[in-house]
This record gives sequence, C-alpha cells and structure tokens, in this order.
Amino acid sequence: MGEREARSSGRTGVDASGAQGVGPAGAQGAGRAGAGIAVEGLTVRQPATGRTLLSGVTFEVAPGESVAIVGESGSGKSLTVRAMLGLLPRGLEAAGTVRIAGERVDDDPRARARQRGGVVSLLMQDPFTLLNPLRRVGRQIADGLPRGADAKAEVPRLLAEVGLPADVAGRYPFQLSGGMRQRVGLAAALAGGPSVLVADEPTTALDATTQREVLALVRRVQRERHMAFVLITHDLRLAFSTCDRVMVMYAGRLMEAGGAAAVRREQLHPYTRALLAAEPPADRRLAVIPAVAGSVPAHDAVADRCAFADRCALAVAECRDGVPELRAVRHAPGPSADVSAVRGESGPSAGVPAVRHEPGVPAVRDVRLSACLRATELPAPPAPEPGVAPALPVTADPVLRVRELRRTFAGARRPALDGVSLTVAPGEVVGVVGESGSGKTTLARCVAGLERPDAGTILLGGADCSDYGRMGRDAVRQARRTAQMIFQDPYSTLNPARTVGAALGEALWADGRPAAPDDVARLLESVGLGRDMAGMRPAGLSGGERQRVAIARAVAGEPRLLICDEPVSALDVSVQAQILGLLAELRERLSMAMLFITHDLAVVRQIADRIYVLESGRCVETGPAEQVLDAPTHPYTRALLASVPDGSSGWLA
Amino acid sequence: MTGRSWGVFLLRRLAGTAVVVALLSIGVFGLLYLAPGSVQQTLLGTRPATPETIAAIQARYHLNDPLPVQYLSWLGGVLRGDLGTSIRTGMPVADMLGQRLPLTLALTGYGTLLAVLAGIPLGVAGALRRGRAADRLVVTAGVVGLSAPPFAVGLLLLVVFAAGLGWFPVYGVGEGFADQVLHLTLPAVALAVGAVGMLVRFSRAALIRELDQDYVVFARARGLGAPAVLGYALRNSLVPILTAAGLIVTGMLAGTVLVEVTFALPGLGSLLVDSVTFKDVPVVQALALLLTLLIAAVNLLVDVGYSAADPRVRIGGRPS
Ligand SMILES: Nc1ncnc2c1ncn2[C@@H]1O[C@H](COP(=O)(O)OP(=O)(O)OP(=O)(O)O)[C@@H](O)[C@H]1O
Ligand code: SF4
Ligand SMILES: [Mg+2]
Repeated sequence: MGEREARSSGRTGVDASGAQGVGPAGAQGAGRAGAGIAVEGLTVRQPATGRTLLSGVTFEVAPGESVAIVGESGSGKSLTVRAMLGLLPRGLEAAGTVRIAGERVDDDPRARARQRGGVVSLLMQDPFTLLNPLRRVGRQIADGLPRGADAKAEVPRLLAEVGLPADVAGRYPFQLSGGMRQRVGLAAALAGGPSVLVADEPTTALDATTQREVLALVRRVQRERHMAFVLITHDLRLAFSTCDRVMVMYAGRLMEAGGAAAVRREQLHPYTRALLAAEPPADRRLAVIPAVAGSVPAHDAVADRCAFADRCALAVAECRDGVPELRAVRHAPGPSADVSAVRGESGPSAGVPAVRHEPGVPAVRDVRLSACLRATELPAPPAPEPGVAPALPVTADPVLRVRELRRTFAGARRPALDGVSLTVAPGEVVGVVGESGSGKTTLARCVAGLERPDAGTILLGGADCSDYGRMGRDAVRQARRTAQMIFQDPYSTLNPARTVGAALGEALWADGRPAAPDDVARLLESVGLGRDMAGMRPAGLSGGERQRVAIARAVAGEPRLLICDEPVSALDVSVQAQILGLLAELRERLSMAMLFITHDLAVVRQIADRIYVLESGRCVETGPAEQVLDAPTHPYTRALLASVPDGSSGWLA
Repeated sequence: MTGRSWGVFLLRRLAGTAVVVALLSIGVFGLLYLAPGSVQQTLLGTRPATPETIAAIQARYHLNDPLPVQYLSWLGGVLRGDLGTSIRTGMPVADMLGQRLPLTLALTGYGTLLAVLAGIPLGVAGALRRGRAADRLVVTAGVVGLSAPPFAVGLLLLVVFAAGLGWFPVYGVGEGFADQVLHLTLPAVALAVGAVGMLVRFSRAALIRELDQDYVVFARARGLGAPAVLGYALRNSLVPILTAAGLIVTGMLAGTVLVEVTFALPGLGSLLVDSVTFKDVPVVQALALLLTLLIAAVNLLVDVGYSAADPRVRIGGRPS
C-alpha cells in the first residue's frame, strides 16, 4: 500500500462521532477480550449546549494489564473513565460501546449496577473528599463488601492489604492523613473484589513521597489480584514508571498509544514529544525548557483537523483536511517504518500483527498507534539536552536575610517554623523544598509580611521587616517595593471584578508611576501576553494566563526580590514550562532575586542556584543546587529525590 | 465517643445556655421599666392609686431598693418559682403559665411533627428528581408555603375545613386524646405550612449539594446500593436540616400567638395577647422569660443534634 493511499484511508473526515481507531487487538480482539475492558468509539456530548467533549476513544485493557491515560487538564481523561463506568456528571451523555468483563454495559444500566464494586471499581483523585466524612472508615469499607461477607474478618484483612493497622477501622476520615485516606479509599474500592480497577489521578493531591508509596501499593495489589488497571495521570514519566502501556489524550481524542517502554524510547506523535519535553528533568538543569506556545483547544474547535495542528511544528496542509485516524504504526526503529490503517470492522489488516489474548497473560503489545499523519516521517527524537550549570554564587550583601524564624500556629502540635535561617543574594534564585506541612508557605508569607513570626528577624534590603505591623507606612511601602509575591492559585489573588488592565495600572501606581496605557501594554508584553488582554477579567483567562497576569503585577515595580509560592504546581506541564521560561527570562532582564518555594525537585533543579530543604519547620540541608540534588547528605533529601518519577519501570520497586 | 466526652460537651453547652439566659433575664427584668408610664403606675394596673396600695406595691416589689438589689430579689423569686401575681386576674403567674403551657407545647410539637413529616420527604423527593416536573412542583409549593402568613392560612383552613366542610371543630381544645388531636389539627397545620416550605427548601438544597460530592460518586462506583448511597448523602445533609428545624421550632413558638388567637385556643400565645393588651406586666415578664428558656432549650437540642450527627463537631477535629 502506498503511503498516499494509506494516508487518505486513514482519515475519517469531519465526522468526529465515529470510531477513529481500535485498540491494539482490533475489533475482533475486543469481542474476545473476555475479562478486562474494551471501549470502542466512546463519545461524550453535552446535549444542552450541543458540545462534544470527547470522541472516538477506543482502547482495551486485558486482565492483569495496567494502562495509563495521560493528558493535560481538560483533555478528557476523567470523562473517558467516567463515561466508561456510567458515572458521567449530570447533563452529559455518552455513546459508543463499552464491554467490561466480556459483558456489554453501555446500553444496560442494570448490568452496570450489578458490576459496580464486584467487577469494576474506581479510585478517585482527592483523598480529602473521597470518603463520607460522617462514617467510620471501617463501616465504609464494610458497606462495599459483597452480601453475606463477614465484615469483622474482611475489614481488617482489607486494611492489612493496604498496609493499615486494624484499629484504623474505628476512626473517622478527618482523623486520618491524606495518604491514609487514599489507602482506605483503595481498601473500600477493593472490598467488592473487582477484576477491573480504575484510578483517576489517585495521588495528585498527595506529597511526592506519599504518592510513590500509594502508587507502589496500588500496583502491588493490582498485580496480586490480577486486575485490569487504568491509571489516569497528567504526568507522562509517572505513567511510564507505573504502567505497561500508555495512551496519550489531547482535546478529547487519543493521540498515541503503545507500550510504556516503547513510547518512552520513541514517541510517534509530536504532541507526546512536546509533552515529554515540557516535563523538566530532575537530574539536570536545562538551558531552556522546551515549551509549546498556545494552549489545549476545545474538542469542537478542532473537529475538522488534527487537534494539535495549530501548535505543531511539522504541520502540513493535509493535517487540517480532516481528523487523522488513530492507526497502527509498525515501527521498525529508523526511517523505514510502515503504516497501515486499521479499519473498525475488517479486523487486523495485513500489516498489523494480530494480538492474542490469553487469559492471565498480558497480551503482546508491541503495536504502536498514532494519530499523526506524519508518524513515520517524524525526525529522530533529539538527543537529550545536556545540562547546564547554575549561576555562580554571588557574594554581595544579601537582599533577604532571615534569622532563626519561628512561628507556631494556635492549636498546632508542633511549630510550622522552628528556627529557619536563610539568605538570598541579589539576583540569586534560592529554592526552598519540602513536603506539605514542612513550613515552606509559612516562611514565604512571613517574608512577604502576610504572617507575623513569633520570633526571629527578617531583613529585606537591610531594613528590618520582622513585624510589618510595627513598621511605619513608608517602611512598609519600601518593603513592598523590595519584595513582591506570587502564589500557587493566581485566581484567588486577582480581584474578579477588575480588568487585567486596571489591576496592572494599580500596581504601577503603587510603585509611584502614574500608569500611561502604554505602560500597561508593555508590562503585558513583558510577560508574553497580548495588549488586548488589558480589557479582560480574570474569569475569562486560562490558568497560565492568570499566572502571567499575577507575575506582571508582581514585577510591575521591578522588585529586587520575587517570592514565588508554588507558582507552577497548579499548572499543566506545558504551561508550567512556559511560566518557568518566563520567570527565568525576567530574572535575567530585571536581575531580580527569587525565593522559590516548591515541592517539585525537578522544577527547583531548573531554576534554583541554591537550595534549602525544609522538614517539619527546620532546615535539614542546604547548599548549591547541584550539590544538594546530586549528592544529598540528609536522608530526608534522599527520600524526596527518590520520590520523583524518572520514567523507568524500576521506580516503584 | 466516650461517655466522659459527651458529659464534657453537654456541660459546656449547658453553661453557655445558662449565660445566655442570665443575660436575657436582665432584659426581661428591664421590661418592667421599659413599659410606658411609671413602674408604680404599671404595677398598679387598674387598682385605685391610694397611698396604701402604693405603699403595698413599693414594699412588694422593693421599689425603693437600688436596681441591682431589685433585680436580684426578682431573680431570687423567679428561681424559687415565684413569678409574682397577675395584675389582671390576681392569680399567681406561675399557675397561669402552668395551665397554658401544655397546650402550646402540644401545638408546637404537633406542628413540628407535621412539618418534618411533610417537608423533609418532599425536599428529598425534589432533590432526587432535580429539574423535573415533580421537583418544580415541590419548589413552587415550598415558596408558596414559606410566604403564606400563618394566621391567614389559619383563617382559610377554618373557613374551608371547619365552617365549610365541617370536618374539624371550629374552636376549643376537646376532651380526651383523640378529640384533642382532632381539635389541634387545623391549628397545627396552619403553623406547619410555613415550616414545610422552609424545610423543603433547606433539605432539598442540602441534599442536592451532597449528591454531587465525590464521596457519593465513589460510593456508587464501588457498588453501594441506591438506599445506602442516599443514606450517606442524607446523613451529611442533616446538619443544615437540623439548623432549619431549630429555626422552625422557634418560629413556631412565635407563630402560636396568632394561631391560638385565630382558633381561640387557651395557650401561652393567647395569654400573651391578653396580658399585653391589659399591661399585665408580671405575666408578660414571665412569658418572655419562659419563651427565652424554651428557645434556649431548642437551640441546646439542636447543638446536641449537631454533635450527634457530626463527629467533627463532637471530637473537635477540623472539617477538611
Ligand atoms: N460536567 C461537565 N459539563 C460540561 N463540560 C464538562 C463537564 N465535565 C468536564 N467537562 C469538559 O470536558 C472536557 C474534559 O474534561 P475532563 O474532566 O475529562 O478533563 P481531564 O483530562 O480529566 O482534566 P484534569 O486533568 O483537569 O482532571 C473539558 O473541556 C471540560 O471542560
Ligand atoms: S497530523 Fe500533522 S499537525 Fe497533527 S501532529 Fe501530525 S504532523 Fe502535526
Ligand atoms: Mg480529571
């Protein structure tokens, strides 16, 4: 088959509702799958608005196999599994066929109800909202046991299986930590003895170290019980480390699918490549993190073309002629790869090796699927960028000097800050890392004057700013001009009623510069936003745009120090890469120092010159970034480092 | 929860209630001085103002003592159960209240029962059929109930069911349990109508919010049956519903005033109206104190209810 034909047959045109591809096993395999999951042509619509939110999603998961669905926020991961489980939010409708454990369930609510718990179960994202707050966790676990089961024996057994002592059963959810709650969630999800387990970002709300423990636990249990497992995550490396296969979603469609190791080695879709490139590596510092401009489009906005076309460097005219079908790419490494489309009904085409399902044995899954028309022509993946060295230490008088800072919150068992000292030199970026509860945010808020320390001193540009309450008005103004802060959630710090232009004008005014409209526009451009953005209100902006506005506001007065409290942790990797790039550029241009608070060691590696590691309000290790990250001396730092997914399958071991 | 922590909890709430009642008693005592005319004049009522009666009143009410002393002696009397004598009837106030209290309590209890039996199931039904015709009907009925004044509803009920259809007696309290229930039905319904509206609104909104929570989706996803899932959500809507219930009971206590007058029932409400008209200040004082106590008791019950419903209140954890 010539490549031209292959291409034209590999297109379904504007009709987005049809199945655009099939799972590795082909349509017949789906019928034979027996146990496990087989989803075909899944589409989700919102009838009230006529919007289609995702379409043509087709995949399969065999018993004992683990598959990750990866994608950025809004790509349709959650909707896919909720549609698959018949748990869509009100007002949304699904179409397409879903087989679970060999039974067709998409048109049979009763079969669904019967299967829930006993055949298929779900673990959800937020351990803090997952459990009924008013019921002892033991009872909640018991509620899901099959009828006739002996709760007295089964609940402790399930708790033991997830590594919790039996007395946890008598506690209420609010008496447990996030990690324990997620373990209880897993025990509850397992109570019915399901053969299919779906987990929707089960660890995103947890600390990195807890995340690794919980994921390792889920994987161990899944192997022991030989369940088919679907993991939703936005983190491609995490997916590689945890699952046998990965599927990449974008704008409500599948972009690429294949074995984890194979996809890790070579990505056959430009989007996957961009996604992977945007994830900062934890082991070296990149000169620039490759970021793709723009943001994820809505499904309907790209209904007639390749969803990635507007951001793809390889796009050609044909990419916009129709929706490229997800098809098998038999990939012999090198330029001679061969493509052939897999048709919905015709079974495996000549070029595609048939995949056999043997119960109990994960199918051979060397088939690679890609929805890129040019999958076979993609240039060889670039060699990993070499690392660069962070800036040399500066020895000038520090812009910030914190000495023996202490703060204990009323009613807390231990201090949030227990004698922390640090310095930031002019133009230097200092990272502060640690798990949640280690006191990072309290430190940042004290320095910014949003929190009053119990003891200790804070010198900002030489002036004592330990207690903003006791400072004169001029001193406070001076302190604010020296240090500005940006937050994790830019939305909560922007006044929803004011336009972006008004907010920025105010910031310029506060700096003593009556704002000419042109200044606002320049400020917007300096953070990579268009001038027309000035008329918008925060509600109309995406998360990344809001953070840019917040940054613009903070740097309006060209402060000597920018305090950043987890500025990128609520953002998608591609947006994160953009914002990190922006911060690096601003630092360069304004020779601004930064106190950069984060829990993410890969992020801190990219930006910080020196690092302080906080544990329970104390600084346990400090030094140049490379030294702390490459040769950590404190066990806590080592544990933090081990919890960063590296993409290898040995990570969870 | 252990018996001991329950005890501590109850003690704390009781102490809080005692403080509130003590503060309010000062206000109630002040009623006497707030009443128009001089205190003597008020206490004299319709009696002739001879020097003897004035002297008697001054001695009886210690009017020549400093105010705090007067308050304390009044309080002492109250604590001993001596609420004074009615100006209008000359009977001990305590006896008058004692005669009338049961009817008002019965009326309020009956009304609350009706409101709960109708309001919560309707609210739940509305929440479960959210957005459909049945739900809209429930919501509309709730709004109508909420905006209908109890005495107007009472009159309407009287005209239709008592005078017109003759199913219920027009006034009076009846003899024997069944007859009494029959006599109290229309007044209780009149009281309950507004409360039903409020309960429908609160329970529907609370349940709708809970049904959208993650733990409900999770419970469904792991195969819990519909009744168990509804149980989860209902249990979590209990706190707002309890709040509403507390409000409606206190609201009903106030509502009895007009309803008792409308249905000519000899309860505390009609006593209050008569006494106010007559400037029978000792009775009004005692009634105000009693109502305060009743309301404090209801609030205490609601607080106990909260902590029974929500372990986070009881054990003192922070809700997450
Ligand atoms: N209840 C809903 N009503 C309307 N649109 C919805 C609803 N839920 C989700 N969507 C839309 O569907 C798309 C996919 O959402 P989905 O929640 O599946 O994304 P996701 O990949 O899980 O993202 P995240 O990583 O943020 O969880 C988004 O554009 C979202 O705005
Ligand atoms: S189909 Fe075209 S636009 Fe889409 S990813 Fe491939 S090359 Fe880029
Ligand atoms: Mg999601």
